[in-house]
Amino acid sequence: MSVESVFPRLEPLLPRVSKPVQYVGGELNATVKDWDSAAVRWALMYPDAYEVGLPNQGVMILYEVLNEMPDVLAERTYAVWPDLEKLMREHGVPQFTVDGHRPLGAFDVLGVSFSTELGYTNMLTALDLAGIPLHAADRTVEHPVVLAGGHAAFNPEPIADFIDAAVLGDGEEAVGEITDIIRQWKAQGRPGGRDELLTRLAETGTVYIPRFYDVSYREDGHIDAVTPNRDRVPATVAKRTTMDLDAWPYPKQPLVPLAESVHERMSVEIFRGCTRGCRFCQAGMITRPVRERSIEGIGAMIQTGLEASGFEEVGLLSLSSADHSEIGEITKQLADRYEGTNTGLSLPSTRVDAFNIDLANELSRNGRRSGLTFAPEGGSERIRRVINKMVSEEDLIKTVSAAYANGWRQVKLYFMCGLPTETDEDVLQIAEMAKNVIRAGREASGRRDIRCTISIGGFVPKPHTPFQWAAQCDPDTVDSRLRKLREAVNSDRDRSLGRNIGMRYHDGKPSLIEGLLSRGDRRVGRVIERVWRDGGRFDGWSEHFSYDRWVSAAAAELEPLRVSLDWYTTRERDEAEILPWDHLDSGLDKEWLWDDWQDALDAREQDDCRWTPCFDCGVCPAMGTDIEIGPTGRKLLPISPVGVGSPTRNPALTGQ
Amino acid sequence: MQKIRLRYAKRGRLRFTSHRDVARAFERALRRAGVPMAYSQGFSPHPKISWIGAAPTGVASEAEYVEIQLVEAVDPVRLAEVLDAALAPGLDVLEAVAAGPGGLAERMEASRWRIELPGVGVAELQSAVDSLLAQEHVEVERLTKDGRRLIDARPAVIRAEVLAPGGPGDDAPEGVGTDMSYPQDSCGILRVVVRQTTPAVRPDDVLSALRVVAALEPPVPAKATRMAQGRLDDDGGLSDPLALDRQAALG
Repeated sequence: MSVESVFPRLEPLLPRVSKPVQYVGGELNATVKDWDSAAVRWALMYPDAYEVGLPNQGVMILYEVLNEMPDVLAERTYAVWPDLEKLMREHGVPQFTVDGHRPLGAFDVLGVSFSTELGYTNMLTALDLAGIPLHAADRTVEHPVVLAGGHAAFNPEPIADFIDAAVLGDGEEAVGEITDIIRQWKAQGRPGGRDELLTRLAETGTVYIPRFYDVSYREDGHIDAVTPNRDRVPATVAKRTTMDLDAWPYPKQPLVPLAESVHERMSVEIFRGCTRGCRFCQAGMITRPVRERSIEGIGAMIQTGLEASGFEEVGLLSLSSADHSEIGEITKQLADRYEGTNTGLSLPSTRVDAFNIDLANELSRNGRRSGLTFAPEGGSERIRRVINKMVSEEDLIKTVSAAYANGWRQVKLYFMCGLPTETDEDVLQIAEMAKNVIRAGREASGRRDIRCTISIGGFVPKPHTPFQWAAQCDPDTVDSRLRKLREAVNSDRDRSLGRNIGMRYHDGKPSLIEGLLSRGDRRVGRVIERVWRDGGRFDGWSEHFSYDRWVSAAAAELEPLRVSLDWYTTRERDEAEILPWDHLDSGLDKEWLWDDWQDALDAREQDDCRWTPCFDCGVCPAMGTDIEIGPTGRKLLPISPVGVGSPTRNPALTGQ
Repeated sequence: MQKIRLRYAKRGRLRFTSHRDVARAFERALRRAGVPMAYSQGFSPHPKISWIGAAPTGVASEAEYVEIQLVEAVDPVRLAEVLDAALAPGLDVLEAVAAGPGGLAERMEASRWRIELPGVGVAELQSAVDSLLAQEHVEVERLTKDGRRLIDARPAVIRAEVLAPGGPGDDAPEGVGTDMSYPQDSCGILRVVVRQTTPAVRPDDVLSALRVVAALEPPVPAKATRMAQGRLDDDGGLSDPLALDRQAALG
């Protein structure tokens, strides 16, 4: 049965909506395959606006991996803005993919990538517009398997009612195995219907099927037990890890949108995983162990990617890019290779201590000199020990002085507010640090027009981290500390200091809701659905987010169950409590996490196992693996000289 | 150093691109095609590209113009081929010539637009256009970033005629990437020559003027295409703005 494009019905609506180009597809390097000759068809969704979702590396990688398989088709879909949603409902246009403009309901799998929990309501909009029942229990063999991935999938319990399955961890290999299972089941004539397909997926031990587990609760609201409710289903589900990044050099052909997006550059992931051990950082905990891409692999991906995309900037992506064991060689050689081509390099995430000014100079040699960004995360030495962010103010001052002396005019510093054990004093120290940065910068540069921007985010405790037991700070306390900080920044005898410091922050309310969705259990699903039915959309956008809507939905749905928004967020958990994600195995040993939490409370630091002995977080033995780092001592393969004014050389044009 | 002038088309679903979208797509295509672009100096170097006007978002065009500067001389015909191959289908390079003397922008006095009005019969459209041409001034409202503003759309309209689709005089653009199909019998075509003024009078403003003078309300959004730009001749026709450069290239 062929599936028709909905574009003819969509096109007359487009002149009536904002930024219509985001709905037309046609990105460079997009793939539209023949529907009928595909055995398995995936729709991949990033549940946010196109401009945010398109550059997402996870979706881009899986899209290409799947489309390279001869009998598999993958297309993308993003959240539509409310103006188009309204018109689509009026005109009966279903949620569509931007590649072939095919209706979502026609695919075998709908894979949704959740970088953040604030995309949950957007998934419900897409399901509803697609005519797919919101509740997994109401779906039949005719509907796609709704599969969650991304970091939020490490606790998918709040969306357990809406998804059929979740995969924890790296997707490159997992999508192939899931495809094989679906292909075989379809070829056999779909024996046992949807139930059998999901059971086969569950049997792998790496696909979580929420409905195959029963959750029971105690009188006091705590979870009593999580138990498989059928044979062939494992008691715990393990995360996936792609060990050899060089074997997966994706994206090879980066998508280049016609519309403007939030990242106007190509990205190459130079390593995955992080063992710095920052206790607040879920990404650093759930992506272990560290796996580096080789210098040759990085060089080849960049050249292929630039030729295929035409981007002017390359982001060397990872959780802490300056920690790559060969970062100095990589940046120097890339700067040499792309000299004169106006190709910029950037490290989106650098640590103060791993950074040096030579690196920064290499990065800006061929491109634009943007600001420098560092993340001390905590204002006081004490709170930085609590969160295990081992950066001294002295290091920071030394680094920024060098940067200002070398011509940088602007430094951005990232912090968090609402951390465990935090006091007003810890937060006020941020002001002192920023002022010291300005003083040092004036001295180093001999100028007064330098700037420092401090950006402060609310801390949200996340599953599978040492802070998973912590009480989240309430929004009033966060807001009051930020107010005091603002006063402290501006109150100084030398008023010009404050004028050179910019401060960016959000109020603490969205963080509390993110906290509910991060550490919630299945009972929170009702809150999400109620918020969505009440019009909740695009919760990651302050102009669409409604705190009151969430608070009243939480009160209505949770209080009858004798739990509450506070119970899920500002309550500290004890060691014995069964956490909603305990049956989902990130590889981390729960006892190690608890010990690290106790160390945090005592302000005791933990080293990085890349350079010091193993501290038994549990990941490597559980996976039968080890960290994979260099230096390999290998060199970037020399490639023929690149062009002038362009990173590609075209002999057909210049005759050379 | 070489300057090249290009004519390109914006077709089909790519008519929804904004000018900024087109500019980004061009810059990247130039890099992919290995065109030896000249860059500006300074902390934030940009490729030297001069845009000559731009059709509005949602409006297609067969006659957009841009001028680029290169650090090495290349064959303009080869450039047009490789750049067209590097651009998405729907952004199509139609011609490239080495720049001759004189500026390109001042050769753009007026544009000829072809506006398809599905669901509007030829007779109905003709009567609305007659009413428009009978007026000296027609104020229309336009939504801008700063709110509503009134502009007089009538003086810029030099010629306007109504055609049947595919009938005599209708130079319908090639269906490259066009997706929307309309019933042929109830689709009037408006062919209108509009002078380049400040503020610019766009196809939307002409349609607003028809709404003001004749209450014409198309049931589905109209589809406009810029067919030509250039200097006005005495009959209200448009001269080819690259003709001078082509002549100069021949020596």
